[in-house]
Amino acid sequence: MKQAAVKFTNYKSSLGFWIYLMTDCLIFASLFATYIVLLPGTAGGPGPKDIFQMPLVLTETLILLTSSFTVGLAMIALSKKNIKQAIWWLAATYILGVAFLTIELFEFGVLVSEGHSWQASAFLSAFFVLVGTHGLHILIGLIWLLVMVIVLLRRGLNSKSSRQLGLFAMYWHFLDLVWIFIFTIVYLMGVAS
Amino acid sequence: MKGWGIDMWGRLSLEALPHDIVTIGGVVGGGLAVLAGVAALTYFKKWGWLWREWITSLDHKKIGIMYMIVAVVMLLRGFADTLMLRAQQAVFGAGDGGPISADLFQQVFSAHGTIMIFFVAMGILFGALNLIVPLQIGARDVAFPLLNSISFWLFVAGMMLMNLSLAIGEFSTAGWLAYPPLSGLEYSPGTGVDYWLWSIQIAGIGSLLSGINFLVTIFTMRRKGMTLMKMPIFTWSVVGSMALVLWAFPILTATLAMLTLDRTIGTNFFTSDLGGNPMMYVNLIWAWGHPEVYILVLPAFGVFSEIVPVFSRKKLFGYKSMVMALMAITVLSFTVWLHHFFTMGAGANVNAFFGIMTMIIGIPTGVKVFNWIFTMYKGKVSFTSPMIWFMGFVVTFTLGGLTGVLLSVPGIDFQMHNSLFLVAHFHNMIIGGVVFGLFAGITYWWPKFTGFYLHEKLGKIAALCWIVGFLVAFVPIYILGLMGAARRLDSYDPSLGWQGLFVVAAVGVLIIGLGVVVQVAQVAYSIWKRKELRAPHDAWGGRTLEWYAHTPVPEYNFAVLDTVKSRDEFWQMKQENRFRSKSTLLPIELPKNTSAGFLIGMTAGLIGFAVIWHIWWLVVIGVIAVVGLVIWANLREETEFELSVGEILRHEKSMKRAGL
Repeated sequence: MKQAAVKFTNYKSSLGFWIYLMTDCLIFASLFATYIVLLPGTAGGPGPKDIFQMPLVLTETLILLTSSFTVGLAMIALSKKNIKQAIWWLAATYILGVAFLTIELFEFGVLVSEGHSWQASAFLSAFFVLVGTHGLHILIGLIWLLVMVIVLLRRGLNSKSSRQLGLFAMYWHFLDLVWIFIFTIVYLMGVAS
Repeated sequence: MKGWGIDMWGRLSLEALPHDIVTIGGVVGGGLAVLAGVAALTYFKKWGWLWREWITSLDHKKIGIMYMIVAVVMLLRGFADTLMLRAQQAVFGAGDGGPISADLFQQVFSAHGTIMIFFVAMGILFGALNLIVPLQIGARDVAFPLLNSISFWLFVAGMMLMNLSLAIGEFSTAGWLAYPPLSGLEYSPGTGVDYWLWSIQIAGIGSLLSGINFLVTIFTMRRKGMTLMKMPIFTWSVVGSMALVLWAFPILTATLAMLTLDRTIGTNFFTSDLGGNPMMYVNLIWAWGHPEVYILVLPAFGVFSEIVPVFSRKKLFGYKSMVMALMAITVLSFTVWLHHFFTMGAGANVNAFFGIMTMIIGIPTGVKVFNWIFTMYKGKVSFTSPMIWFMGFVVTFTLGGLTGVLLSVPGIDFQMHNSLFLVAHFHNMIIGGVVFGLFAGITYWWPKFTGFYLHEKLGKIAALCWIVGFLVAFVPIYILGLMGAARRLDSYDPSLGWQGLFVVAAVGVLIIGLGVVVQVAQVAYSIWKRKELRAPHDAWGGRTLEWYAHTPVPEYNFAVLDTVKSRDEFWQMKQENRFRSKSTLLPIELPKNTSAGFLIGMTAGLIGFAVIWHIWWLVVIGVIAVVGLVIWANLREETEFELSVGEILRHEKSMKRAGL
């Protein structure tokens, strides 16, 4: 991977993107802090234990982790200039991303239909917004990925598109990392408490 | 069923137009000013020029100048708010009524704080950064020119929303930081808080992007040989300030988003029932808000650290300790936020920790004050107007620092909390620190970008008006605070005997106002007499690289980039007389103009407006448009053009012929 890392970066844009990711990390940190503070604020409604469906969440997690793996494979393929293979892996990433988002929306839909919407209590507000912000990032990532694949098909691999794909890979891994925190702090610790 | 028309425009109806005479006056005045501008542009056929040379420009110097213009216009509006507040308190506060209703009074102080911090101080700050930083580090541009333009237009969009609230709807009545539950839907059902939220949010995202841009610029684009410890001290102060932007502004973005959701889709983060926690908001907003103070003041320190050595003909005393002090302040500024609400009741131990940290952060600041004074010591000090600002700063800022240490003691703070003493303290820091610093910087760097000096004598008169006016305006406010006057009062019982002091404070504001008038006159007079005031490229006997560039600075900044050898590089070059460059002239790549930044900014503003008024279809269109614009901006090819060696030579020669 080291080879690929060198090839897919331009010093200025990768430093800038790293810094951007860290600021995004702070947005999530603020939301996590708020979530933890508001955790007891269930207003007599359900707490984390009562509403989380762990099998569904585990499936989501595995899907997202796999998508991170497929992005890695796509980057390896690109470093070998094998565009066709890279596009297949990027397509796989896209499908996994869509699957993740679908399950998340399904989970949200179930909660809302049972009357546990974001309006019901502060805990639920914090839950929906923290997890939803991550979901929004995934959505943005998917739009970005789609545009890049189209560009790759039309213009081929050049220094700009390879740089952008390198940044996208960083972004996607970062979202994976944030999800691991969500899975641990929101779901696992929520069910265990 | 409601009529289609009402649904379609959300909450927006003719009711939103202003009703009271003061606001109508403001709208008519502002509207006439805009109309005059439009008419002038049309009459002189300058629209194309405006679009090509300014709006779509990615040149950091032009963006810097645009920041400055917007910020100065907003300063005039913020100052008009001040006049209204002080007039109300001095003339009508002890009686009943007056032209300003209690509700309007609240809108005016909320607008005053928001404008002064977000659109004046931040605007001048980013203007100065754009103008100075690339030149000081010997670079040709910022790291991401398009991002820079987007940041600027987001700032403008925020500013436009802020001013639109005057004409359509209302502004927040919840103060400049909009504490819930007052700012929640239950107690502020109107559009005021929404205007506040969206204008700050959009401008804040612009600041965040600028933070990334400048940090990357400083870390990757310094001229060869300029190691970190050879960097000019202003650039160091920018490193501290931008690091704080990156740490603090994400918190603001998240916090504002949560309050927006509370108000828009009915979440319960900061409501007072259903488990919401308003104090969480107060914690979060100050975890941004306290560093924000240092974001503003660190570059002001940087400006003075440039000015004092130049006008003392000596190198800066204790460069390394200055850098360490800057970095110490950067880190420590995140450990003091709770001192804004000692009265929350976090307990004696927590309050003691934050009280002690607040006292500690005074130490690096003290180091800097001594460094400046020791730089002057035994120097050949020339008392130019930037130095008058500096000396006014040292005196007033130290006074403010002392009252700050006083407030840092939790026991005393319980007495002072929410009083005018606090108001006097932070105005002391912001006016005495930030504003004086930025004015000194504007006076100092003005000739670099215009080619002529600002009139010295008028500058000195303005500085003296500000310094004297500041003391006359705020010493009575300190005293009133000690007497128990709370902040944000539009009326008080005449038997308290406060009116005399309020009148003195209002006189002080008038003296400051005289200073502002003199400043406007100074700029106008200097432009008129620009031939007589013409400045050479090294206007003041400078020490850093920006004075090496031509005046006015060409688009490419420097024709050749030589290796930097010392800390005060330009000073050293002059001493060793090494001006003949050994580097060969190469073609220079410069960013092409693009309207992407302008369009993204304006569309973001449109989204804000649509959400404020609940016009959902417009929100959807706006979001799709922004996504499309970002993709379009990203797919642009050929984003740069090349300036050939011949063109550079021709330009350099013409500059030389003009004697510049």
